[in-house]
Amino acid sequence: MSSTAVSTESGATNPFAPTAYESRRSSAAIRNKWIMFGFCMILVIPLLGILIDIFWKAWPVLSLDYLWENPSNKGKEGGLWAPLVGTFYLVIGSLLFVAPIGILAAIYLNEYAKEGWMNRTISITVTTLAGVPSIVHGLFGLGAFVLVMLPALSQATGTKWEAGLLTASLTIAVMNLPVIITSTREALGAVPHAFREACWNLGASRWQTIRTIVLPNSLSGILTGIILTVSRAAGETAPILFTGATFFKFVADGGMAKLFPYTPAEPFMAMSMHLNIISNQISQMPEKMKYGSAAVLIGLILFVNSFAIVLRVWLRGRKRW
Amino acid sequence: MAAPASARKRRSFNLFDSIEKPVEWLIRLCGWSSILGIAAIFAFILKEAAPMVPNLDWIHFFTSPRWIPNPATGNEASFGALALLVGTFTTTGIALVIAVPVGLGAAVYISEFAKGKVKETLKIVIELLAAIPSIVWGFIGLMVLGPLVKGVFTAEPGSLWSKVMVTLHLASSDIGASQGTNLLTGGIILALMSVPLIVSLSEDALRAVPDSFREAALALGANPWETVRRVLFPAARNGLLAACMLGMGRAVGETMAVLLATGHSNRIPAALTDPVRTMTATIAAEMGETVHGDDHYRVLFILGIVLFVITCGINVASDLIVKGVKKGNKA
Repeated sequence: MSSTAVSTESGATNPFAPTAYESRRSSAAIRNKWIMFGFCMILVIPLLGILIDIFWKAWPVLSLDYLWENPSNKGKEGGLWAPLVGTFYLVIGSLLFVAPIGILAAIYLNEYAKEGWMNRTISITVTTLAGVPSIVHGLFGLGAFVLVMLPALSQATGTKWEAGLLTASLTIAVMNLPVIITSTREALGAVPHAFREACWNLGASRWQTIRTIVLPNSLSGILTGIILTVSRAAGETAPILFTGATFFKFVADGGMAKLFPYTPAEPFMAMSMHLNIISNQISQMPEKMKYGSAAVLIGLILFVNSFAIVLRVWLRGRKRW
Repeated sequence: MAAPASARKRRSFNLFDSIEKPVEWLIRLCGWSSILGIAAIFAFILKEAAPMVPNLDWIHFFTSPRWIPNPATGNEASFGALALLVGTFTTTGIALVIAVPVGLGAAVYISEFAKGKVKETLKIVIELLAAIPSIVWGFIGLMVLGPLVKGVFTAEPGSLWSKVMVTLHLASSDIGASQGTNLLTGGIILALMSVPLIVSLSEDALRAVPDSFREAALALGANPWETVRRVLFPAARNGLLAACMLGMGRAVGETMAVLLATGHSNRIPAALTDPVRTMTATIAAEMGETVHGDDHYRVLFILGIVLFVITCGINVASDLIVKGVKKGNKA
């Protein structure tokens, strides 16, 4: 419509030439699209740059021996076995607590709870719990598990329980509860309602439906959530600062004691704690050791996360509804 | 819903079916676990802080920057958390100034413009950003970004750049930033940490806008950018606001990254590259030195309560905002 205005004013040969207003509009659109692409690049480029920098500087120490040897001389020499295995048990321990409770809670929210104030309150508390700062979780772990639960446990069992794997796992478990509830709920919600109705119509009860239809169909989604929980548990530092992680604990260099170095009742070493201490609290720490443990921690997290990504892509590929 | 009696009789005994009732109760119980968790967190932190609550000079706590928990013998301890509060909110503010435009822009690009492989790659990058643990971000701030910031904000005394920096409050002295770990470094690190959250939540909010809105805008002759600005932004306003608030909540509560990257100096910053100290970092750094049950220990728990209240407030507010948009859509 505005093109007619152009042709009458200037007598131009092209009656469809854009007016100044139109070309300004479209160039603004293109410019803004590139600006937003630039914002994406602001995220991508530093991430790549930082990762390359860290792995480049860590390269001299990275080897299988570095993973397999115990740290010595306050982490200035040796490898990372003791903190690595500590992180492994921490993750397993926290999963033992959080996975069953979180999955059942998600089943309740998605399958049982009716729309109403109760469901709404639970949803708000899940998001609130997800927003609680990690250091506050640490304080909670100290106040609840270390100062209240452990003395009771020591009295009941007759042996001394120190802050260690048990308390740290419980603290991390509370922290990861909302993560696993949210991801499981999403996975359950992705199962079409018609599946449930069909099952009910065949005479199955609610629990039978969940067991035979809902859970099998959402299993990979639930697994993805669990994997994300693993990567989060492995990297957290603040919650375990006061609840059992320590910088040095003797770990045997061979035999079964090397594979099972920690009891639940004594302090343990963890990757995140190790990185925290060696990166800023020990003087004359060789640069390559700092970068080495940072690179191993990042590598570990990326390795675990890539499982989740692959699982999700595979899941989307075989989805039939 | 229950099966007819005849069908039930014919079926053989199944262990999993027989435990239906107890399992339902277990599921109900676990469903309340998050309520229990929040209540327990508040109760146990309050329990540790409680003896100090009536004894603390609250006006001093919120208005004095003098944080001297372990004074020299003969002097009184002073618990003034103003500098810590200022430290928390200035780093958060800088983080938001960077993270909100970048996060919203990236979310718009990913949800409205990017297609195919580019979209998938960007989503994976955002996910990786979210997965990097906070201690690693702190390490990056300390070892990678800190030296970079220090390099940029260093000047010959008396040079033009030093005058510009001092006039614009970019650095407080004429030689530039005194150390690499400071307000700006911490803010940038916090921005990189809260961007993934803002992006993924904003993307959800944009996806929740019905496609008919986009089609209507296109039919009226709007180009993609105009659709975003005039249609999608207003329609997804509350969701985007909530995303930014949750990003802010994450920045306020972040601990290990700011512990390593902000310089840990208890003062009110006068310039962009002054070292600061946040509430979270103070708890993390000082809890190990306290004696269980003394005033210092309890004041750190009070700081924890302040943090808990701030982040809960942010979360509940953002939840109410999202609820508001749902109501608006129904009407």
